[in-house]
Amino acid sequence: MFSYILDAIIGGAIIGLAASWLLLAKGRVAGISGIVGSLLTPWSDDSVWRLSFVGGLLVGGALLVLILPTAIVAPSGRSLALLAAAGLAVGYGTQLGSGCTSGHGICGLSRFSPRSLVATLTFMATGFATATVIGLMGVGS
Amino acid sequence: MNRPLAAFLGGVIFAVGLGISGMTDANKVIGFLNLAGPWDPSLAFVMVGGIGVHLALYRLILRRESPLLSTRFHLPTRRDITPQLVGGAALFGIGWGAGGFCPGPGIVSVVGFCSPAVVFVLAMIGGMGLHRFLHPPVTTTANPTEAPS
Repeated sequence: MFSYILDAIIGGAIIGLAASWLLLAKGRVAGISGIVGSLLTPWSDDSVWRLSFVGGLLVGGALLVLILPTAIVAPSGRSLALLAAAGLAVGYGTQLGSGCTSGHGICGLSRFSPRSLVATLTFMATGFATATVIGLMGVGS
Repeated sequence: MNRPLAAFLGGVIFAVGLGISGMTDANKVIGFLNLAGPWDPSLAFVMVGGIGVHLALYRLILRRESPLLSTRFHLPTRRDITPQLVGGAALFGIGWGAGGFCPGPGIVSVVGFCSPAVVFVLAMIGGMGLHRFLHPPVTTTANPTEAPS
């Protein structure tokens, strides 16, 4: 457990560094759902850095596969239909709610944004509730 | 360093941080969110590390007149709590708890030959597109800081 906590703090700190780098270099908030969602609008000058960032995420994922092969794990006992429904909810919800775990949870809370505090408390609450209900139904156990 | 390369580097570092932290292990995320199982609270510390670093660096960075590679900082300015904010966050949480993926880890996991992540990300992009279709942005050019963060 202690090593998991240490991994979480170190990994979180690296995420915080990446968000700080994007702010220092580009003046932008590292909100993944905002960056990806904005790519669905007509092409603009900002599309270039957004695509580059998403490309970086994918290359970072490939690096993980090479150097930390245990890092990426698929959810067990979750059907593809459930994952499709989950993806729809995450996609629609993050656009309606202006952010996700990164934009609200890391960047927004670091700025003491009241909107991000409300959003983070809300998605944590419904996240816990949903996973707990599905767990009690015996899925993925 | 040119602009796209800077953003690319940010994405790579972000993904590596997600992987080290445990956020790309969907079972670990579900184990954190499922209070009825053998609870693993370690992922709460991702926020501790992330906010700890960004809270300090954010203040230092904003002492600058402008970013290194852009003319100005683009930060959200809204402070109003709306039904859209709460409803959207609630819906996002439901999807996160159901699938074990939030947007960043979903995209990173696509590379790991992880078909659940591919299905999740395609549906997520569909959900984002559905929102754009049902709620087209009114005057995004007039107020670019209002884009979702």
